[in-house]
Amino acid sequence: MEIGLTHYLTVASILFIVGIFGIFLNRKNVIIILMSIELMLLAVNINFVAFSTHLNDLGGQVFTMFVLTVAAAEAAIGLAILVCFHRNRGTIAVEDVAMMKG
Amino acid sequence: MQAIAFYLFAITACVAGTLVVFARNPVHSVLWLILAFFSTAGLFVLMGAEFLAMLLMIIYVGAVAVLFLFVVMMLDIDFAELRGRVAQYLPLGLAIGVILIVELSVGFAAWSGLEADNIEPSAVYGTTNAHALGAVVYTKYVYAFQAAGLILLVAMVGAIVLTLRHRDGVKTQDVWAQMQRDPKTAVELKDVRPGQSL
Repeated sequence: MEIGLTHYLTVASILFIVGIFGIFLNRKNVIIILMSIELMLLAVNINFVAFSTHLNDLGGQVFTMFVLTVAAAEAAIGLAILVCFHRNRGTIAVEDVAMMKG
Repeated sequence: MQAIAFYLFAITACVAGTLVVFARNPVHSVLWLILAFFSTAGLFVLMGAEFLAMLLMIIYVGAVAVLFLFVVMMLDIDFAELRGRVAQYLPLGLAIGVILIVELSVGFAAWSGLEADNIEPSAVYGTTNAHALGAVVYTKYVYAFQAAGLILLVAMVGAIVLTLRHRDGVKTQDVWAQMQRDPKTAVELKDVRPGQSL
């Protein structure tokens, strides 16, 4: 059986849905939420690369590089905020994050 | 052969992704995330994007996953308590997941233009994937590339600013003060007589 574009898109959509599901399932744990976001970005990357090779256009792979960059920056900033928050509050429960609410 | 490799990588990626979400221990979650990225790198190689596969390994497995591991192990958190009431969030999550699956299936069903084609490793550029990518990145997408570098710079500065903490009473080396000392102020001559102390 030939492996075509549809197969890769299916894998990407499964990973994306798992990522969204993870955000809803682990509402309290920011670290797992960040990991779920990484999974979703990974699914987007699979889509980009699949279409890039399918259409023989390297633009998709270039944009995958940019998505990787942004994902790495986002992970670094997110974890820095997490460390900062844990230092101030002693917990990382997302539901307690209401400090800026008036 | 390609089909076997594809199914191996795809199933591994999906199972690892699911276990990232469902693992009880966050350290295990990070390890499953590494496996998911690894298998996705395999999928990239199958699609002919070797350079991105290596990039995924270096950036994600080498940097981001280790960063996650650091934070998980550094913060002293009771993760069992954070686990919370799964049953409370399960219906909403399932509903949204099912809605997404239905939407994507409808999209797939309606879209049939390119289905018969096969993904071949691109031979158009005549060189390796990394070569072709480099030829494009530094010419056509050079401004976007610079912007990506700027994003990384901002992220680096932001992370340092967020986590840097100035504490009082920490003994550090003051090079300027050390260099400003001279024998006249630093050394004092005492005339000690025999049998006496200062």
